[in-house]
Amino acid sequence: MNREALIEGWQEYRRSPVAVVALVVVVAIALLALLAPWIAPQDPYDQSALDLMDARLEPGSVGSGEYVHLLGTDNAGRDLLSAILYGLRLSLSIAVTAGVVALVVGTAIGLSAAYYGGWFGAVAMRIVDLQLSLPAILLALVLVAMLGQGVPQLMAALVAAQYAYFARTAFGAASAERRKDYVEAALSTPLSGARVLWRHLLPNTLPPLIVVVTVQIATAISLEATLSFLGLGLPITRPSLGLLIANGFQFMLSGRYWISVYPGIALMVTVLAINLVGDQLRQVINPRRRR
Amino acid sequence: MSAPPALELRGLRTEFPGRGGVVRAVDGVSFRMERGRILGLVGESGSGKSVTGFSIMGLVEPPGRVVGGQVLLEGQDISGLPQPAMRLLRGARVAMVFQDPLMTLNPVLRIGTQMAAAVRAHDRVSRQAALSRARDALAIVGIPSPAERLQAYPHQLSGGMRQRVAIATALLHRPAAIIADEPTTALDVSIQGQILAEVRRLADETGTAFLWITHDLAVVSSLADDVCVMYAGRVVERGPAARVIATPRHPYTGALIGSVPSGHEPGARLPQLAAGAPPRGADGGPDPGCSFHTRCPRAQPDCALPPPDIDFGAGQSALCHHPLETPA
Amino acid sequence: MTPLLSVEGVSKRFARPATLGDRLAGLLGRTGPRAVQAVTRVDLQVAPGEVLGLVGESGCGKSTLGRIVAGIYEPSEGAVLFQGAPVMSGGRKRTFRVQMIHQDPFASLDPRMRVGDTVAEGPLAHGLVKRAGADAFVADMLARVGLDPALRRRYPHQFSGGQRQRVAIARALALGPELLVLDEPVASLDVSIQAQVLNLFSDLRRELGLTGLFISHDLGVVRHVSDRVAIMYLGRIVELAPMRTLYSTPAHPYTRALLDSVPKLGRGRGAFRPIAGEIPSPLNPPPGCHFHPRCPHAGPRCRVEAPKLIPVLPGQTAACHLHDTGVSDA
Repeated sequence: MNREALIEGWQEYRRSPVAVVALVVVVAIALLALLAPWIAPQDPYDQSALDLMDARLEPGSVGSGEYVHLLGTDNAGRDLLSAILYGLRLSLSIAVTAGVVALVVGTAIGLSAAYYGGWFGAVAMRIVDLQLSLPAILLALVLVAMLGQGVPQLMAALVAAQYAYFARTAFGAASAERRKDYVEAALSTPLSGARVLWRHLLPNTLPPLIVVVTVQIATAISLEATLSFLGLGLPITRPSLGLLIANGFQFMLSGRYWISVYPGIALMVTVLAINLVGDQLRQVINPRRRR
Repeated sequence: MSAPPALELRGLRTEFPGRGGVVRAVDGVSFRMERGRILGLVGESGSGKSVTGFSIMGLVEPPGRVVGGQVLLEGQDISGLPQPAMRLLRGARVAMVFQDPLMTLNPVLRIGTQMAAAVRAHDRVSRQAALSRARDALAIVGIPSPAERLQAYPHQLSGGMRQRVAIATALLHRPAAIIADEPTTALDVSIQGQILAEVRRLADETGTAFLWITHDLAVVSSLADDVCVMYAGRVVERGPAARVIATPRHPYTGALIGSVPSGHEPGARLPQLAAGAPPRGADGGPDPGCSFHTRCPRAQPDCALPPPDIDFGAGQSALCHHPLETPA
Repeated sequence: MTPLLSVEGVSKRFARPATLGDRLAGLLGRTGPRAVQAVTRVDLQVAPGEVLGLVGESGCGKSTLGRIVAGIYEPSEGAVLFQGAPVMSGGRKRTFRVQMIHQDPFASLDPRMRVGDTVAEGPLAHGLVKRAGADAFVADMLARVGLDPALRRRYPHQFSGGQRQRVAIARALALGPELLVLDEPVASLDVSIQAQVLNLFSDLRRELGLTGLFISHDLGVVRHVSDRVAIMYLGRIVELAPMRTLYSTPAHPYTRALLDSVPKLGRGRGAFRPIAGEIPSPLNPPPGCHFHPRCPHAGPRCRVEAPKLIPVLPGQTAACHLHDTGVSDA
């Protein structure tokens, strides 16, 4: 990417004020998640620091730690603000890692299917199509149930559920690029197939994939939250956003709304902001708007 | 008083707002087209020849707009007409043919359905009558077995056949003028030859005037009665096609003709123009001086002043301070 | 002289993938043509330093033949020999001494690569230059095609069409080719730019002694650059002759008809005689001589027997029964 294209892209991007706000929110959330250990009042994973006496305190109460629980506490006595910050950190890191791994795996499959074609391409893309016809949540559920709980297992399930979107997008974009004259010119130089793939096809296939990556990270956050909510994702000692919502769910009707609602808002804002950024990126990258 | 010309432009100006100020794509273009005549509008990419065509049709894409001048269709000024009134005119009294006929043909409708719709857009006739007029129009442009072609879908026809259909559709209402924008550029030479021969015949027989927009001087030479050569939004030379091509007076026309290889001994070095952009005025608008002087081999200091429109007789004139001499 | 390039009995068929319609028709027991015969048994020799013009209308197979010579497609039958060795074998191109220049410089340059990197890529990959010397090499190549070497850090979209075509030429020259395949290299350029690029070709030809296969639909341009000209129609070469012979005494009716349909400067209004009829689809070419449905001289023999290329004048061959024993007997 050259500087000029980036500047032009940014000028196109900022035409939507909503998308600019969304971008600011995404950056802010990412910073909060990154800095959670330094800004959170409490380490919610430290079992010894938890006191059951502090369970289900209302927002604004002062607990045994002698500081204000701005968002209240959950049923294990965790400070909810700290739990949300750590939960965001966990959710984001899982989703981003899974998204990037799925990007790499999916792009590799899609690109080679488009470039080499033949029976390899046909079989690979039929498997991808088959997978795309199943709901991702169903696939992830089955995989988590098979693999068991834990962060690596969850990531593996997310990658397996999501790589197909990247493979499909990469295949479509690369198939279109493959037929262009510059690829033919590179092959007739002759340059090696690997070189044509890396230096020519991949850079020209990347823009649509960047859009898919943002949208899939948002999807991965929701997927992880759903799995955790159903109790299939992460161990209860390391609550992510989904698990926090699940833990508070039983107290919703007894008036202790905050345990579920605040993590819910955090989840919603995060997913919405990432999706808005992705939508605007799609606008910027849309070739019809070029030149 | 004699009948007004089929189409006349007076000082037409079309502008597009751009990053570095307003771009005047068409800068005071004037010409007259009598009934049954073919006017070749020649220029390279960016000369404003296509924008002139779109301006006549009222089809300039916003934010571009016609900012001045008149378009007289059989004496009636249509340049300021609102879109609904333009829609009544388009296809009936003035029609357009594009380089790619697939732009105007709907891929999922039969040719007959589309042509009948074009008939009934302006005339209240039955579907049967419309179809029979469509069939006659196809026969007029030299399409064999026209009744069968009405049943065809656009993709079943060759490029040359599609372009004939587009011309037949343009002719349906016997318009005063047809604007044809590079209509044979994408076609093979043998098919182009057929279409040029048909168009010449149609102009003579139907009295429709054609504005033939092209980059190809050889096509103009074979087809057109008159020619206007455009450079940077202005008509720099005009006159009877044979005369302008035999004795060009504007250095740009001379350079265009000189760069065609078939006019030279095989392998000979072709005369080539210096690269360069037309000058821009102080406010980003067009420069009042000669627009070609930045590339012209004959440029003198006074070329920065507005060029005179010199009349060379027999209808030929050129916008130039230092026109080419007649070859001895 | 031994030819630099020898095309020997080359044919190329493209299998058309079955569409849904084809499969349905297949179920009903009806099958249409499934393969396009793009090029049929073409023989050509190009001597060192010679430029051979290859002319034809759409669907005649000239671009396919060019791509076979350039090592992009492998022939279905026959062989393409460059200096006696096949250009392609085992699905891979074996020489970088044959380079190609495409028609559309807006499509033939990688939009995300700086033009300097585009020019340097091939020579670096083949070890013709060291990375340390690449910058000077690129500057030299760009200067040779008339571009300011300072432009090497720019991207293709910052160039005009004529400049992009110069970059594409520099990319080809960077590999020190002996044979250039030029596929309509000036067709998408404005006339004044076209003149500059044609002049550049003649300069390079003089300086580097390049050999060329110049593919074009434009008879005027081909006349300007070629020593010999081959005319193709629906996959076959119908006439092959020295340039001046072909333009002064064309032997094949198709060549004559083509020359007559070209609009020329100063020829005057309506003074050309176009060929009748449409170009048949290469999917389903007419039997016998492919040109017979449009030919004013066609006889019964033309409908059944495909004519072979036979000598007419010195250096001139044409595939037409008129020059054999007539068109009447079958």
